[in-house]
Amino acid sequence: MKLTLAATIGICLTAAFVLSAIFAPWIAPYPLDAAVGGVWEQPSAQYWLGTDTIGRDILSRLIYGGRITIFVALAASVLAFSLGSFFGFLAAVRGGMVDSILSRIVDLMMAIPSLIVALVVLSVLPLNLTVLILVMGVLDSTRVFRLSRAVAMDIAVMDYVEAAKLRGEGQAWVIFREILPNALSPLVAEFGLRFIFAVLFISTLSFLGLGVQPPLADWGGMVKENKDGLIYGRSAALMPAAAIAALAISVNLVADWVLSRTTSLKGGRGG
Amino acid sequence: MHPILKLVIQRLALGLLLLLAISAVIFLGVEALPGDTAQAILGQSATPQALANLREQMGLNDPALTRYFHWLGGVVTGDLGKSLTNGTDIATAIGQRLGNTLFLAGCAAVIAVPLALTLGLIAARYAGKWPDKLISAVTLTTISLPEFVAAYFVIYLLTQVFPIFQPVAMVFPGMGFWAKLNAVALPVIVLVMVVLAHMMRMTRAAILNVMQSAYIETAELKGVPPMQVIWRHAFPNAIAPIVQVVVLNLAYLVVGVVVVEVVFGYNALGQYLVDHVTKRDLPVVQAVGLVFAAVYIGLNIFADVVAIIANPRLRHPK
Amino acid sequence: MADPLLDIRNLKIEATVYPPGEKPQDITIVHGVSVSVEKGKVLGLIGESGAGKSTIGLSAMAYGRGGVRITGGEVMVNGRDILKIGAGGLRKLRGHEVTYVAQSAAASFNPAKKLMEQVIETTLRHGLASRDEAEKRAVMLFGKLGLPNPETFGDRYPHQVSGGQLQRAMTAMALCPKPDLVIFDEPTTALDVTTQIDVLAAIKEAIQDTGVAALYITHDLAVVAQVADHIMVLRHGKKVEYGDTRQIIEAPRQDYTRALVSVRSIEHEEKQPTADPVLRVENVTARYRGTAFDVLKNISVELHPGQTLAVVGESGSGKSTLARAITGLLPPSRGRITFAGRELSAEQTARSRDDLRELQMIYQMADTAMNPRHTVGTIIGRPLEFYFGLKGEEKRKRVQELLDEIEMGKGFLDRYPAELSGGQKQRVCIARSLAAKPKMIICDEVTSALDPLVADGILKLLLDLQKIENVAYLFITHDLATVRAIADSIAVMYRGEVVRYGPKSDVLAPPFDAYTDLLLSSVPEMKLGWLEEVIAGRRMESAGN
Repeated sequence: MKLTLAATIGICLTAAFVLSAIFAPWIAPYPLDAAVGGVWEQPSAQYWLGTDTIGRDILSRLIYGGRITIFVALAASVLAFSLGSFFGFLAAVRGGMVDSILSRIVDLMMAIPSLIVALVVLSVLPLNLTVLILVMGVLDSTRVFRLSRAVAMDIAVMDYVEAAKLRGEGQAWVIFREILPNALSPLVAEFGLRFIFAVLFISTLSFLGLGVQPPLADWGGMVKENKDGLIYGRSAALMPAAAIAALAISVNLVADWVLSRTTSLKGGRGG
Repeated sequence: MHPILKLVIQRLALGLLLLLAISAVIFLGVEALPGDTAQAILGQSATPQALANLREQMGLNDPALTRYFHWLGGVVTGDLGKSLTNGTDIATAIGQRLGNTLFLAGCAAVIAVPLALTLGLIAARYAGKWPDKLISAVTLTTISLPEFVAAYFVIYLLTQVFPIFQPVAMVFPGMGFWAKLNAVALPVIVLVMVVLAHMMRMTRAAILNVMQSAYIETAELKGVPPMQVIWRHAFPNAIAPIVQVVVLNLAYLVVGVVVVEVVFGYNALGQYLVDHVTKRDLPVVQAVGLVFAAVYIGLNIFADVVAIIANPRLRHPK
Repeated sequence: MADPLLDIRNLKIEATVYPPGEKPQDITIVHGVSVSVEKGKVLGLIGESGAGKSTIGLSAMAYGRGGVRITGGEVMVNGRDILKIGAGGLRKLRGHEVTYVAQSAAASFNPAKKLMEQVIETTLRHGLASRDEAEKRAVMLFGKLGLPNPETFGDRYPHQVSGGQLQRAMTAMALCPKPDLVIFDEPTTALDVTTQIDVLAAIKEAIQDTGVAALYITHDLAVVAQVADHIMVLRHGKKVEYGDTRQIIEAPRQDYTRALVSVRSIEHEEKQPTADPVLRVENVTARYRGTAFDVLKNISVELHPGQTLAVVGESGSGKSTLARAITGLLPPSRGRITFAGRELSAEQTARSRDDLRELQMIYQMADTAMNPRHTVGTIIGRPLEFYFGLKGEEKRKRVQELLDEIEMGKGFLDRYPAELSGGQKQRVCIARSLAAKPKMIICDEVTSALDPLVADGILKLLLDLQKIENVAYLFITHDLATVRAIADSIAVMYRGEVVRYGPKSDVLAPPFDAYTDLLLSSVPEMKLGWLEEVIAGRRMESAGN
C-alpha cells in the first residue's frame, strides 16, 4: 500500500520533531536558560519566535523542551508496551487463574481515570523524571494489556494455532511464529496512539505543575510559564501549545495509516 | 425475581464493591508508596523531633489497616477529616466546590450531548459523503488536543483576536444564574470542544453498526421510508450503545474538568485537588480522589444498567 | 400469452470492489440475464456462490446490496419498469407487490420488536387492511405454516423462538400483504436437514394455497426441484440453462447442469473391515470443563487402515466433539482410545511425537486453518521440518512433490493463503496433513464450506490419496450425500450418542431406528415429487400410530 498524502505529512513532521530533539544542542540558537533579550519581545530575525516572560529565546526553549517531552513520552510508552504486551500475551496464552488475576487488577486500575490516579500518587512521590516515567508507564500499560490480550485471544482460538498445538509445537513457536506475526500490526499502530497519549499526559501534568520540574523544561511546563503572555497579546505564548498539537496530530496521522494498512492486510486478496 | 432486576442489583453491588476496592487502593496503596507524609509536609529541613510530633499528631504510628478503617468509617459518615495545610474541614470544602464543578460539567454536557448526537446522526446518515468527511476531518484534529492546549487556543481567539469574553472564570456565592453562565462560557466552550469529537465519532460508529444489521435491510425491503427505518428499527437497538457512548464521554468530562478549572482559575473541585497535590496535603487528595472515582464509577454503572434494561433478550426472557 | 408478472430483460449489474493497495475497480457481476415469472408460477434460480443469483433476485425489488448497482436492462413488474419509478414508487412496490424472505431470518428480524408488529408492518403501512384484519391474516398464516399456538405466536420476540420457526414467521411476513411475487433467498440453507424438510413443505403449501408467484433462490438443486415450476441455472453471472423442472432434472442439456445434477455420484466400493483397526474408541464419555452435561455418551467406534468412517449428525450432535476427544483437546472423562496398537494418552500434551504425527486433522474452514502470514511453502514445509528434520532444498523438493500430489503444480510455494481460491486452500491443508505421513486423518466438515463442484473435486482427491497412501479417514459431516460417496462404515450421532453404527451398506439399509429414518428421509432427493412422497408417508405413519 502506498503512502497517502496525510501519512507523508505525518511521517515528515514526526521525523522533524524527533531529529530536532536529538540534535537540540546543535540546532538551538541560544542556550536553554539564558535570558538573551528583553521581556516579551516580538518575533524578529534575532529571536524567530520572540522571547518569554524573562527574556529567554522561545525557539531555543521549544527545541530543548521537545527533547524532554519526547524522551519522557517515549520512555513511558516503551515501558507501558513492554509491561502491557508481556502480561497481555501471558494472560491470553495461559488463561485460567493467571488471566483472571491479571485482568481483575487491570479492571481495578482502569476503574478511575488515569489523571486522577496520577494526581493521587504524585502527591506522595518525589517529582522527578524517573517517577514520572514509571507512573505514566504503569498506568498506560493497562490499556496495552487489554489490547494485546484481546488480540492474542482472537488469534489463539484460530484453527491454525490449534493445528500447531496438535502438531506438537512448543509454547515458543506458538507465541512467536503463529500469534506474534498476526498481532504485530495492530500493536504497532497502538504504539503510536499510546505515544500520543503519553505526550498529552506528560504535558498536562507539567502544565498542572506536577510534571517536569524546573530547571528542566518541557512543552507543557512552557505553556504554564508563558500563559500570562496571552494577556499581553503575544501569540508566541501559544507556540509550545502549538508544538504539542502538531506532534500529536502528526503521530496520529502515521498511526491512522498503519492501522488502515493493517486492516487491509487482514482481508488479503479475495479473502 | 425478574432477571433484569437481578442483573441490575448485581451490577450495583459490583459497583459498590469496586468503589470499596478503589478506596483501599487510594488509601493503602498510597501509604505503601515510598515517601513520608510527615517529611513531605515539613520539608527536608525538618528536625527529627518535629517529624515525630507530627506523626504522633496524625496518628501515623498506628498500623495502616487500622487507619484505613478509621478513615473509611469517617467517609461513610461524611467526615473526611481535616486538611493538613490549613486545618479546614475537608467535607465542607468539597461541598462548596462540588456544586461549581457539576455546574461547569453540566453546562458542557447540556450543549455537547445533543450536538454530538445530531452531528453523529448526520455523519452516519451521509456516511462516506462530504458532510461525514468534513465532520470526521475536523474532529480528528480536535481529538489530538489536550484540554489545556485547546483552552489556550480558545482564549487567544475569543479574548485577543475577537475580544468577546474575559479570560478568567470567577464564580462566587450569590452570583446570579445568568452572570454565572456568562462567567463559565469560555471553559464550557473548551470542554464541549474536547468532549464533542469523541462523543460524535462514537455515536456515528454505534449508529452505523446498527444500520448494517440484516433487519435494517429487511425494513428497507419492506418499503419503510428512511426516517421510519431509523426511528422504528434502528433507534430501539441503538439506545444502549448510544447511552454507553454518552456516559463514557461524560466520565471523560470529569477528567477534563480538572485541567480546565486550573486554566481558568475556576474555584471548584479540580482546582482544589491540584492545589493540594502541590501542597502534598494527602487527606484532601485522598478525599477528592475518592469523590472523582465515585462519580466516574457511578456514571459507568448507570450506562451498564441502561444497557441491561434496553436489551430485549433480557427484558423478555425465553 | 399474457404479460408475465416479472420480466427482467437483459439485466446488467456492476459492483465496485476495493482490492487492498490498488485502485477501486468496477466489475460486472451479472452479464445481461433475462428472467421472467408468470402469475402464480415458481421459478428456481440456482447456482454456486458468486453466480449472481441473489443479486438478480434482489433486482426484482430494484435493490442493490452493498454498493451493487443495476447498470443496464429493464425490470418490469406488473407491466412497468421499476428501475424508473423513483424512491417513492419503490417504497410502494417493496413489501406490497414484491416481498422478500432472507436466508437468515434470525438476523433479519428486529430483536427489539414483537413478531406480530413486524409481520403486519407492511400491511398496515401500505394501508391494505385494518390492524384487526391484518392480525387475523397473520394468525391464519402462522397456522398454515405450522407454527405452534398461532393465536399467541406473534406476541413473542424473535429471540424467543427457534430458527426454523423464525424462517416460517418470515415467510408469513412476506405473504401477509398479499404480494404478487415473493423472493425466497436460500430460506432453508441455514437449517438442519430434519428442520429443512418441514419448512420447505410449509413454504410450498403456503405458495400453493395463496397462489402467489415466487422466485426461489438456492444452491441446492434437489431442494429447488421440489418447489419450482421452472429452473434457471446461473454461473458467473450468466444464464447456463433454462427449462421446466422436469427437463432440467431428467434431461439437462448443458454440461454444467449435468454436473450439478450428478454431483453426488462418486463411485466408491465399500471395503471390508480388516483384523487390526488403526483407531479404536471404547466407551468414551466427555464433558466440557465447568459443565454438568455429557456431550459424548459412551461412544465406541473403530476405524480400519485405509478406510473411511463417516460420523454423521446434525449441529449439536457431538460429532465435532468426538474429534476433539480423539485428538486429546478435550480429554474424555471415561473410556479409552487405542491408536495404531498403542493406547493414547487422554491429554494431547502428553502424547508422543509419533502419536501426534500419525494422527492429523483437516478443518472445515481452510481460511482460518492456515496462518495468513505464512507462505504455502512454510505451511506444508513445517511438518516436514518438525517431524522429519528436512531442510533447505530437500524440504523444498518434498513440498513440491506434495503440491503435485494435490494437483496444484508449480508456482504456489511462495504464495500466501489469501492468494488462493477456496478449493486450493483446502488442498494445501490436505497436503500439510499428508506431509506428516499420517496413518489417519480427521476430516471435520472439510467440504461444507465449498461449492458443490469444488467439494466434489476435494472428495475425489481424498479418495485417490487414500488408495495411494493407505491412510484412514475419520470423516465428520452433516451431509449424507457426502457420506454415501466416500464412507466404508458410518456412525450416526444424535445428542451425544451413536445411535447407529456399522458398515455403510448395513447402516443405510432398513430396518432403521427412528432417528436415522428421520435423518435419511429428510435429505432432499434429486427427483420430482420427493417432498410430497415423504410428507405423505410421514402423515400416514403418524395417523397409523
